[in-house]
Amino acid sequence: MIAIVASAAQTTLVHLSTVDLVIIAFYFALVLGIGFYLKRFAKTGEDFFLAGREIVSANLGSLELLGWAGSAYQYGILAAHWYWIGAIPAMVFLGIVMMPFYYISKTHSVPGYLQLRYGPAASALSAVTFAIMTILMSGVNMYAMAVVMKVVLGWDINFSIWVSSLTVGIYVAAGGLFSAIFNEVLQFFLIWFGALLIPILGLIETGGWKGMVARIQQNFPGQDFTHAWSTLGRFQDNPMGMHWTGIVFGLGAVQAMGYWTTDFLVVQRVLSAKDIRSAKMAPIIGSFFKMAVPLIVILPGLLGLAVLPMHLVPASSLQPGQYSYNEVLPLMLARYCGPGLLGLGITALVAGFMAGMAGNVSAFATVWTYDIYRPFLRKNAPDQHYVSMGRWCTLIGLFASIGTAYLAMGFASIMDYVQALFGFFIAPLFGTVLLGMLWKRVSRAAGFWGLLAGTLSSVTMFTLMKLDHRWVSVFALSPHAQGLAQDMYQALWSCVTCVVVTVLVTLVTKPRPDEELKGLVYALTEVAHEEHTSFLHRPLFWGIAALAVLLVLQIIFW
Amino acid sequence: MSEKHEIIPVWFFVGVLLLVYGFLIFASGLAEWSHPPETVHLANLHAPVWWGGLLFVLGLVYCIKFSPKRKA
Repeated sequence: MIAIVASAAQTTLVHLSTVDLVIIAFYFALVLGIGFYLKRFAKTGEDFFLAGREIVSANLGSLELLGWAGSAYQYGILAAHWYWIGAIPAMVFLGIVMMPFYYISKTHSVPGYLQLRYGPAASALSAVTFAIMTILMSGVNMYAMAVVMKVVLGWDINFSIWVSSLTVGIYVAAGGLFSAIFNEVLQFFLIWFGALLIPILGLIETGGWKGMVARIQQNFPGQDFTHAWSTLGRFQDNPMGMHWTGIVFGLGAVQAMGYWTTDFLVVQRVLSAKDIRSAKMAPIIGSFFKMAVPLIVILPGLLGLAVLPMHLVPASSLQPGQYSYNEVLPLMLARYCGPGLLGLGITALVAGFMAGMAGNVSAFATVWTYDIYRPFLRKNAPDQHYVSMGRWCTLIGLFASIGTAYLAMGFASIMDYVQALFGFFIAPLFGTVLLGMLWKRVSRAAGFWGLLAGTLSSVTMFTLMKLDHRWVSVFALSPHAQGLAQDMYQALWSCVTCVVVTVLVTLVTKPRPDEELKGLVYALTEVAHEEHTSFLHRPLFWGIAALAVLLVLQIIFW
Repeated sequence: MSEKHEIIPVWFFVGVLLLVYGFLIFASGLAEWSHPPETVHLANLHAPVWWGGLLFVLGLVYCIKFSPKRKA
């Protein structure tokens, strides 16, 4: 074993001291101990699966931290749009418009809504695509954890991927899902305390924002990494190869709206609110927090452009001795963190990836067992049978994730990959759900065929752009469009395809009677209203305030 | 189901984690005070000392506020 590790080891930037190892070991001992302690509180299958549903919901994880830091190095401050226009309007829309509707319709999930609105075919299609997405997301978490191991321990990336999967397998088997839930809560704190030091120390080293910008201009002459809008007039003027239409329509109107209004993990979490006002306020309050997240996820990438002595490269064209965009955060960690702090940072990252993997794999088990296997393949089996099926799926999901980890490696950066996934599954779903809610005429067949056409068009566009670069000019409107720009136009066109097909099929099929659509279509539903409260307690007031703060941020970083 | 009343809140464990980490990081910062690691930038700012101290204090607050004994 030692020989294998030694042969896998390459040069390493940092050396873990005893205190770092104690910090890492203490964390896992604590998480496993808590999991063991909590096992006696979980007895039924419902508990097992509900745990799976809840884990992925608290979603500021290591993947975001590592991935967006890498994207900020790759694309500059344009990456912050995914937290600003790519989140805030959608969160406010979710709170003000969608929440009252979700709240009254009493569906527990988007597949549940699709089942009632469009029937089992559309629901099954959405469950299958979601199950695939969880495995792909688990794989990218595995790959990201391997990236950290590679930088910190100097291990070969292939060896690191296998070690990551083995670690999570042991962790899930030993601690169970309750360990994973506690891990999710603990890692949230670890991430903030482990990562916040990097922007603080980075800004001290560069002499503040202006000093950082000056250093970036010195290191990358002729390129603009620090303006959020002024370079979006032409594709070739910014490092992303992006046009403002891609940001506003692809990201803001489709990808973000789709993520925040149809990702049932997000919706479900907010639905657990105690009353309608709380349900509406939850995403709006969250939007203020979201606007601050670029401080710890985008700023380290920008600081990397300013202070790192080497130029990082795309992961897909990495040569020995080079570092990829994905490695900017561990490199910055190594730059500023000595013994103790290094252990904290590494624990935060690794804990987050393990939570991401365990959460996605268990969500896969839940969706397969409850949304596919039970309704379509075997109804009315004993509870124990479904629990057993769930456990097997967790194991299968983990192995499948190893394969998908290698898929993630073929992309320039982690977020290029993650956003492409959202484009496959979330963008078309948004078209289907929105039309279903707003237009009572949409028929069952139209919902299914629209969703299928949108998903297939997204996968087709993605494949063509990967196989032949000439297709990038067709779909992303410019040969300069890089990964994230391609992803946004792919999302936009797949949503448009979904809407067009849904409308066309609707026009030639029979609508459902109004009585069947009460509680499912906006116009036929008496949506919930919050009680009369003072101005300062109204969700609408805070929604407008969030949009105003967003506007100010855009002007500052224009 | 009565067991659920005895469950220790997650925030207590968060407190324990921050307390132990704060102590370890603070102590390692003090230990390297006179000879900070050469490869670390801005080591002269002694970040482990004040950051570790901050974690320790926050951990202590959480441990006291969410202590299972206090609840009982």
